[in-house]
Amino acid sequence: MRDFSYFRASSVDAARQAAALPGAMLLAGGTTLIDLAKCGVAEPETLVDITHLNGLNSIEVNERGATIGALARMGHVADHADIKSRFPAVSEALWQAASAQIRNMATIGGNLMQRTRCPYFRDPGNFSACNKREPGSGCSAIGGVTRGHAVLGASDACIAMYPGDLAVALVAFDATVHLGERQIPVDDFFLLPGTTPDREHAIEPGEMITAIEIPGSSSARRSTYLKIRDRQSYEFAAASAAVGIEFEADGRTIRDLRVALGGVATKPWRARAVEAALIGKVLEPDTVRAASLLAVEGAVDHGANHYKIELVPRVVARAILKLGETA
Amino acid sequence: MTKTTIPVHLDINGHLHGLDIEPRVTLLDALRDRLGLTGTKKGRDHGQCGACTVHIDGERVLACLTLAAQAEGRTVTTIEGLAREGEMHPVQAAFLEQDAFQCGYCTPGQIMSAVACIREGHAGSDGEIREYMAGNLCRCGAYPHIVAAIRQAALEVAS
Repeated sequence: MRDFSYFRASSVDAARQAAALPGAMLLAGGTTLIDLAKCGVAEPETLVDITHLNGLNSIEVNERGATIGALARMGHVADHADIKSRFPAVSEALWQAASAQIRNMATIGGNLMQRTRCPYFRDPGNFSACNKREPGSGCSAIGGVTRGHAVLGASDACIAMYPGDLAVALVAFDATVHLGERQIPVDDFFLLPGTTPDREHAIEPGEMITAIEIPGSSSARRSTYLKIRDRQSYEFAAASAAVGIEFEADGRTIRDLRVALGGVATKPWRARAVEAALIGKVLEPDTVRAASLLAVEGAVDHGANHYKIELVPRVVARAILKLGETA
Repeated sequence: MTKTTIPVHLDINGHLHGLDIEPRVTLLDALRDRLGLTGTKKGRDHGQCGACTVHIDGERVLACLTLAAQAEGRTVTTIEGLAREGEMHPVQAAFLEQDAFQCGYCTPGQIMSAVACIREGHAGSDGEIREYMAGNLCRCGAYPHIVAAIRQAALEVAS
């Protein structure tokens, strides 16, 4: 790990000013950044430690929704009683992510800044070509080992998969990211790779995530996060779905449906076509399974990741039908 | 070339230590290489195996992904700080009794993680223990005995 200087911020403004300087990066839980510094991917000149700032770790939940401070830890949010009852998909996405130790370290703001696990991105010593790391250098993953790469949202420049869980639930329930004065929908916070895969988040130098806000809704209250992976725990998703549902008074007709996908796309992926196909319909297994095929409309595989195209509709259908059983 | 060092004060197992270290030094390297507390193990050094698990302010974290400078002002507990007046912690005793290790390299991390797992209330069933201990790998495969030790210790702590 290259040496860097260390600055412990005493206020949000001081942190933002220090992090705006060339070569400076914000340091929170460090579970991505210190790891990538050891890999030689992140080469900060200065780390601005924000973990000693006060007042940014609160979790407030009321009828209107939840506001979670950027420095709240993943584990604390996952175990929060009101998050569990009003936003089960958020709690489930969090406790199924990483390990207990990492969840005690990693913050909610840092979680949104998590980088891809693409092995080519993480290994500059063996793979010099990576457009995400070095714009214009090419993509080592295309034509390489692609079992964990994206089938949705990729470009000719980058097929790296977004690995996170929390943001999938946040996209499903229209959360917003607070960047000090500015607030943006979480769906817009994550950028498609296009021709600029090095730019992953709609955040400018000198900006810092201060909180996320999730609107309360009936579909958020009846929600789940279904994560399928190669081993039972401590693993990234092969495919996952955050799903929320609200029924009409008859308890069978779908009034509102939210579906977002993880483990299969270059960003947290809202599956609006599935939602549109099922809203207003009566929940029946065959109807749900047919509509779930729309989740992979436009998907493109790179050989070894083809299984994701088969897996996603099944994950989506199983999650929706599971929520229907509790009606 | 002279290295730029910073002063860092660490509270480890109830003792205060003053160190002059480069900012990039992790808590794991500070413990092992500067303070001689080699009970905390270095496995993967990338947050993947849990061998370096310690407690900061009572919560289990990974020392390999924590900068020593970040731990200033916090209370750090390592495996060396678990026993009280020469008496083993119930989790340590349970690991011995259940033979919950073979080579022993992952054991300090397993025990630190298990102490926190029980304290968090995540040791209610074998399934829950397995899920909440998933961040601690044991390449000898002593998992059934590790689960048995944690189940035993959780009952002892509760009674």
